[in-house]
Amino acid sequence: MTHHKPSVNGLGSPCRSQSGAVPPAERTSKSVCRRDFLKTAFVATSVAALSGPTSPRAAEVKPSGLIDTNVYLSRWPLRRLRGDDTVALVAMLQAQGVTEAWAGSFDALLHRDMAAVNARLAEECRRHGAGLLVPFGSVNPKLPDWEEDLRRCAEEHQMPGLRLHPNYHGYKLDDPDFAKLLRLAAARGLIVQLVLIMEDERMMHPMLRAEPTSVKPLAAVLKQTPRLRLQLLNSQRVLCGPALASLAAAGDVSVEIAMLEGVGGVLKLLADVPLHRVLFGSYAPMFYFESALLKLQESPLSDAQQRAIRCDNARRLLAKTR
Amino acid sequence: MNFEIWDVHTHLSGVPGDAPEACLGRLIEFADRLGIARLCVMMGMKPNYDPSPENMRQQNDEVLRAIKRFPDRALGFVYLNPRHTQASLDELNRCVRDGPMVGVKLWVALRCNDSSLDPLVARATELKAPVVQHTWLKITGNLPGESTPMDLAELATRHPNATLICAHTGGDWERGIRVIRPHAHIFADINGGDPTAGFTEMAVRELGAERVLYGSDAGGRSFASQLAKVLGADIPDAAKRLIFVGNTKRILQPILRAKGIKL
Repeated sequence: MTHHKPSVNGLGSPCRSQSGAVPPAERTSKSVCRRDFLKTAFVATSVAALSGPTSPRAAEVKPSGLIDTNVYLSRWPLRRLRGDDTVALVAMLQAQGVTEAWAGSFDALLHRDMAAVNARLAEECRRHGAGLLVPFGSVNPKLPDWEEDLRRCAEEHQMPGLRLHPNYHGYKLDDPDFAKLLRLAAARGLIVQLVLIMEDERMMHPMLRAEPTSVKPLAAVLKQTPRLRLQLLNSQRVLCGPALASLAAAGDVSVEIAMLEGVGGVLKLLADVPLHRVLFGSYAPMFYFESALLKLQESPLSDAQQRAIRCDNARRLLAKTR
Repeated sequence: MNFEIWDVHTHLSGVPGDAPEACLGRLIEFADRLGIARLCVMMGMKPNYDPSPENMRQQNDEVLRAIKRFPDRALGFVYLNPRHTQASLDELNRCVRDGPMVGVKLWVALRCNDSSLDPLVARATELKAPVVQHTWLKITGNLPGESTPMDLAELATRHPNATLICAHTGGDWERGIRVIRPHAHIFADINGGDPTAGFTEMAVRELGAERVLYGSDAGGRSFASQLAKVLGADIPDAAKRLIFVGNTKRILQPILRAKGIKL
């Protein structure tokens, strides 16, 4: 039962109820989307599984390209996951119709040699990504000489963006180093993905508790960094409703749907965030991929809305990096 | 690969609508989009942690109104508060023995290892009604009356003939599954937490698919995220069928038969 007081079950959060490596130069997101819009017959087994006589709307979902802006490589520290092998993850994503996936690394949470983490991420995407994985390196602004990590992400690895994990790296969003990181990222035209949580804080391992990142200082920081393109990942548990709407209005802020909850959640989200700021994200392999995909089926969305969320919005965001 | 799907855990709250019938109607609209055939509905439009007898009746009346409008799509579970034993027994008789409801819901008024639950569980067992008990294991701290899977295991030991459903499998499912594993009459309801990969595989591995139930906790949760726990799991289709519908039908069969309801 989800309810209106803190933390019984359900989402246990204030938001509980109600309810791009630049892609390789030879492969633009746009072309991929168009290609796959034509050829991807919504092969996702999940949707096929629900296309029985009691799911009259399933057949109405139109095929489309699919850009997953929230996947991770390597191993979650506390559990083996099906898909924590890159080849297996890519095979799964392809089987689900994903045409491009923005990938961070679980290693970035706890490893201190961030340069090695990012180099492995880039190499893994290049060697095993099948032209699908786009690496988003991580920078910890509390590490000495973190600016060099940022430079390598942009220049050596040709990454189109960064993925930040403040609650694992021990800083708040009013930290001057964070503001500097955003300024440098914006100056290089990098997308910044800000991960608010990695898991439900109620069930964290007792030896590895990381409180959700508070976004209260973020609007002020955004106003000081007008060229920044920010995407919030895993944000819905801690940021929704008017607070999310207000933040979205403070800058070029996008969200994805991996931790979106409540029936018809995408429809509700569109009441707070403009359509062009809503992107697809699965948080695979931590989450079952089907969760995000089925959310697009659960909410009654027009073809244009589906296309925007599945592909076009991510493509547009990525295009700005060039 | 088609699955018939029954959702063993839904609510009227968190769904748009100003009347119970409207809320359930809206919930069914979303369920239809994902092929969910039947919903078990419990608790009213504004749930209360520790409902008075009057509030209990009001919430159950709301569910009765809602399921009456959708008799082929919804089954009702009566919401009880073990702090009010006699009122809960009366409500159990009113809604299950004399009414259309087919199960019991217990939430966070009182930890379920308390002896106050004994007469309620005993009566529910007489009526062949399964008991859904909310459970959670929070590193952040449970509410005072919030049950853990350990509490439910204690209750199960005292009631070997009861059919007990461990709602949310304790949230912290890697521990919850282990706690209920020795108790064959406790079923794991996998709803309510994040769609974390591996949950369903571990439940099937440790409990057997016959003891795992699909539920969503909608409207607070999305049907989609909870369906994904089964659809995305690396388990045989036969196991998915059991989880989606087979086990719930089997659990409810005795009381449905007693009420003359054919599946």
